Amino acid sequence: MRVLNTKLGSEDFMPSRCFKLLFLFIFPAHLAFAVAPAISSHAADQAPATQAQIAALQQAVQNAQSAGDNAWMLTSAALVLLMTAPGLALFYGGLVRRKNILGTMMQSFSMIGLVTVLWAVVGYSLAFGHGNLFIGGFEHLFLRGVSLEPNTDYAATIPEQTYMIYQLMFAIITPALITGAFAERMKFSSMALFLSLWSLLVYCPMAHMVWGVGGLLNATGNHIPSLDFAGGTVVHITSGVSALVCALYLGKRIGYPHTAMTPHSLVLSFIGACLLWVGWFGFNAGSALGAGPLATSAFVNTHFATATAAIGWTIFEWFHNGKPTALGAISGAVAGLVAITPASGFVQPMSALLIGLAAGFFCSLMVFQVKTHFGYDDSLDAFGVHGAGGTLGAILTGVFASFVINPIYGPGVPTGAIDGHWSQILNQLAGVGIAWGISIVGTLVLLFAVDKILGLRVTPEHESVGLDLSQHGEEGYDFNA
Amino acid sequence: MLKIEAVLQPSKLDAVKDALLEAGIEGMTILEARGHGRQKGHTEFYRGREYTVDLLPKVKIEIVIHDELKEKAIQAIISAARTGRIGDGKIFVSRLDEAIRIRNDERGENAL
Repeated sequence: MRVLNTKLGSEDFMPSRCFKLLFLFIFPAHLAFAVAPAISSHAADQAPATQAQIAALQQAVQNAQSAGDNAWMLTSAALVLLMTAPGLALFYGGLVRRKNILGTMMQSFSMIGLVTVLWAVVGYSLAFGHGNLFIGGFEHLFLRGVSLEPNTDYAATIPEQTYMIYQLMFAIITPALITGAFAERMKFSSMALFLSLWSLLVYCPMAHMVWGVGGLLNATGNHIPSLDFAGGTVVHITSGVSALVCALYLGKRIGYPHTAMTPHSLVLSFIGACLLWVGWFGFNAGSALGAGPLATSAFVNTHFATATAAIGWTIFEWFHNGKPTALGAISGAVAGLVAITPASGFVQPMSALLIGLAAGFFCSLMVFQVKTHFGYDDSLDAFGVHGAGGTLGAILTGVFASFVINPIYGPGVPTGAIDGHWSQILNQLAGVGIAWGISIVGTLVLLFAVDKILGLRVTPEHESVGLDLSQHGEEGYDFNA
Repeated sequence: MLKIEAVLQPSKLDAVKDALLEAGIEGMTILEARGHGRQKGHTEFYRGREYTVDLLPKVKIEIVIHDELKEKAIQAIISAARTGRIGDGKIFVSRLDEAIRIRNDERGENAL
């Protein structure tokens, strides 16, 4: 089977090889015990009986692998949903002021509803249908043909509906990440329209280019093989860069930066960040699309990078401000999760430690210095963490990817610069450039359109009252109730 | 009849409350408050940005007492609330015109 997808590496190299080994060595042993009595007593039936038994055993082995892979993939899909709500909703919700907590949480939560419907109707087809270099086709409109049988283009051992629902969870969290940039000031209606359109016009094409059959950046395609295991470009660069565009287009919150706009509950943010960490195992290790060794590799790398990134951010902050803050530690952890995402199924554990540490330093620098220097109000640092961390991670994937972990270009063929394949860094830069480009252009066009139709910002009065009351007519905290 | 208002560190509330009860003062009202005196607040850091927090959490105790309990009440509050550091708070004493018990319309010191 020709590998068609970055995410398919595991299916091709790990489990199928295991299966062959199993077949060659273990199967004949079973066969000897099982068939021996039959040979002596029913010599005439020998050939058909053996054939049937081989077929039955073959089917049983396939079913067993499919069951194992499907169990992990369904678990992973649930874990990725957990990242959006309550993970991201709590993380962002705690960072805003008290009057905006429900508005902020609703922005994440509403993506679960909206993107799910869009995905079922057209999104999955645009991302994973056969189309051209840039976008999928319409053959899976209304999930036509997306059955409980595997789609061998993507994942040969799990039902395509498992693959579809797993990918949906990615499509949900990506626009939700953007909401951090325009927190506390965007109308709910405009947000819902903008992010729905964004999911179709920015996310789906990018997912198709990187992971879709025939996509321009597909690692196993013939165009620009750009490595992105779990969504460094598709999820984090697109959301982070679009976030920056949103922050610039919408402008600052009233009073920023002179009025203190401190997080109202770092406890909520803390719980949210810890849930993100746990959910991210589904995000990255699930991107192996099976329960094989590659999933383990991604799991280990994800954890390692997150640990060093939390340490890196904390050290930077300790020197910078004199105190290691809880917010710094959890922000660093998220930065590490972001940066390891594209690399998680390609690099060795020691590389993951380095990638995480680099992300901890780099993202804290972006948030502490660069944002302050330019003065934009990326309220919850969606760009500083996801845009910057995603870009760093995508480039470092080209540096540290190794065929020892994932021989995506074939057994023993150098993968990243660490293997001697330096031009992989150029491929990565191409992926980064395209992700930045489509995000900037797509977001600008959509913001302009939605601004014309609905207007983007709430009125100054509503901003001062808060989104909870002005947009939703309720309050997050009513201590008199 | 005097009204004593004391602004305290929140952590000293329980000690002050107990000291007042011991001094024979049984009624009191506690308010959660924010404020500062000469102490002026502190700085906090969120993602590298420095914020000056000048209104700090305080509690305010209000009691109304007979004139002769004045010194006893003041001493009770001081002994329980003092740490000797900046930010211990203040006590304000003022004369009160009238007190009325809502339940039976008792007036003056009988209402306390």
